[in-house]
Amino acid sequence: MNATSSTNPKISLSGVKKAFGRKVVLDGVNLDVAPGESVVVIGGSGTGKSVMLKSILGILRPDSGSIKVDGEEVTRMGASERERINNKFGMLFQGAALFDSLPVWENVAFGILAEKRVNRVEAKEIAIQKLSQVGLISDVADLFPAELSGGMQKRVGLARAICADPEIIFFDEPTTGLDPIMADVINDLIVKVTREVGATALSITHDMASARKIANRVAMLYHGKIIWAGPVADIDHSDNEYVDQFIHGRAEGPIKMAVRA
Amino acid sequence: MNPLAGLQKIGSVFIAFLEAAGKLTTFMVSGISHAVRPPFYPRIILHQMMDIGYYSLPVVGLTAVFAGMVLALQSYTGFARFSAEGAIANVVVLSITRELGPVLAGLMVAGRIGASLAAEIGTMRVTEQIDALTTLSTNPMKYLVAPRLIAGITMFPLLVLVADIIGVFGGYMVAVYKLGFNPSNYLQNTWNFLTFEDVTSGLVKAAVFGFIVTLMGCYHGYNSRGGAQGVGTATTNAVVSACILILSFDYILTEMFFAK
Repeated sequence: MNATSSTNPKISLSGVKKAFGRKVVLDGVNLDVAPGESVVVIGGSGTGKSVMLKSILGILRPDSGSIKVDGEEVTRMGASERERINNKFGMLFQGAALFDSLPVWENVAFGILAEKRVNRVEAKEIAIQKLSQVGLISDVADLFPAELSGGMQKRVGLARAICADPEIIFFDEPTTGLDPIMADVINDLIVKVTREVGATALSITHDMASARKIANRVAMLYHGKIIWAGPVADIDHSDNEYVDQFIHGRAEGPIKMAVRA
Repeated sequence: MNPLAGLQKIGSVFIAFLEAAGKLTTFMVSGISHAVRPPFYPRIILHQMMDIGYYSLPVVGLTAVFAGMVLALQSYTGFARFSAEGAIANVVVLSITRELGPVLAGLMVAGRIGASLAAEIGTMRVTEQIDALTTLSTNPMKYLVAPRLIAGITMFPLLVLVADIIGVFGGYMVAVYKLGFNPSNYLQNTWNFLTFEDVTSGLVKAAVFGFIVTLMGCYHGYNSRGGAQGVGTATTNAVVSACILILSFDYILTEMFFAK
């Protein structure tokens, strides 16, 4: 289903299944992400986008199927190996998920401090440099997350995600909760920093404007399966009525909103 | 009506109980194993020690002083009937060091620390901060749970030692200034009846209670689900379960120490 280029995929999911009790969330997800490309997975609320992302990150363990990062099977890894794989990752959380007990700069430098790559003085310098990369001045470094607006928190979250120069960055609904202009600013930043870091990007969103802007390739998740995947340019003539309904945001169509979980 | 429905209900409650017990045990073992293996987080451990030890002092001190005072007063009204007033110093010091110091301090700090741990960690859970730790090469069990367990186990005995002294002092105040005891006699009675074991048994209890309070706070916070309401439930569960466990372990430990 996902014809990718001849190079080995950076991330490869095949037949990934996950159920919570009787509720099947992922029902055999197949998805390849090539090095350096930006894939956006779209889909309605509750279709399993977050579960898919958390399975790759190792926060959730899939019931069956395989997830490979750089060709290495990660689903059955031990804790220390898992940590080594996670070092390749950066992640921007939906609500930014900043640590509210730490000042902004310690949030940004958290990963590199945890790995003891640098001392605290150097870490702060790096943090300030990363903050400027996402358009924040150095005065912000000593503030606490609660003192920032939603858009600024997203920027700090982005700075934290790129601080350790990750090979892969995940974006979980990067524009949710922002006004349209701030959303576009964040989209531009995502494109810019991903290119600067040279990272592979995997995002999940239901914001089509965001998807069109940051994606090279789009995949649609519906009922636990990828039902369509293709270059972002093809999304308007996908010949798939599910995709059509979703990208135009129509209430009528093959997709029926589940009112009850 | 299916006649087996009632049986099924009992079975499912029992299975749920076993599941919860297993989950808690796994959490506890993981927490302890992370607490004894490096890397450690000295900054966080110190911060937690301040929070649990130093900032709990006013609450624990007030509890202890009033417990000591009321103990002296009550035992006086009782013992005066048998002309056994001389035993008051003895009753006060033994009750405080063996029982009331650890238990009252434990219960008060369960309310203060257990609730705040559950709320803090629970909020971190529902705002994905715990997931964020994982993506930043940091094990949340090691970063969040282990330092709090270490701080709980080490600071509770110190708190209880302070509570013992303040409690005995409370009893002394009432005995000397209200009931007209001779100060030096009272102090001598206090000292003569006190054995090393009375104090150490209380301190061992305190360490166990410290472990219980921090474990319950971390466990319920860590497993909280579903936004503000989930955090509220976690906080309630942390305090209630810590209090019940403190009282039941108090009996078990007393039995172990003193039952001949």
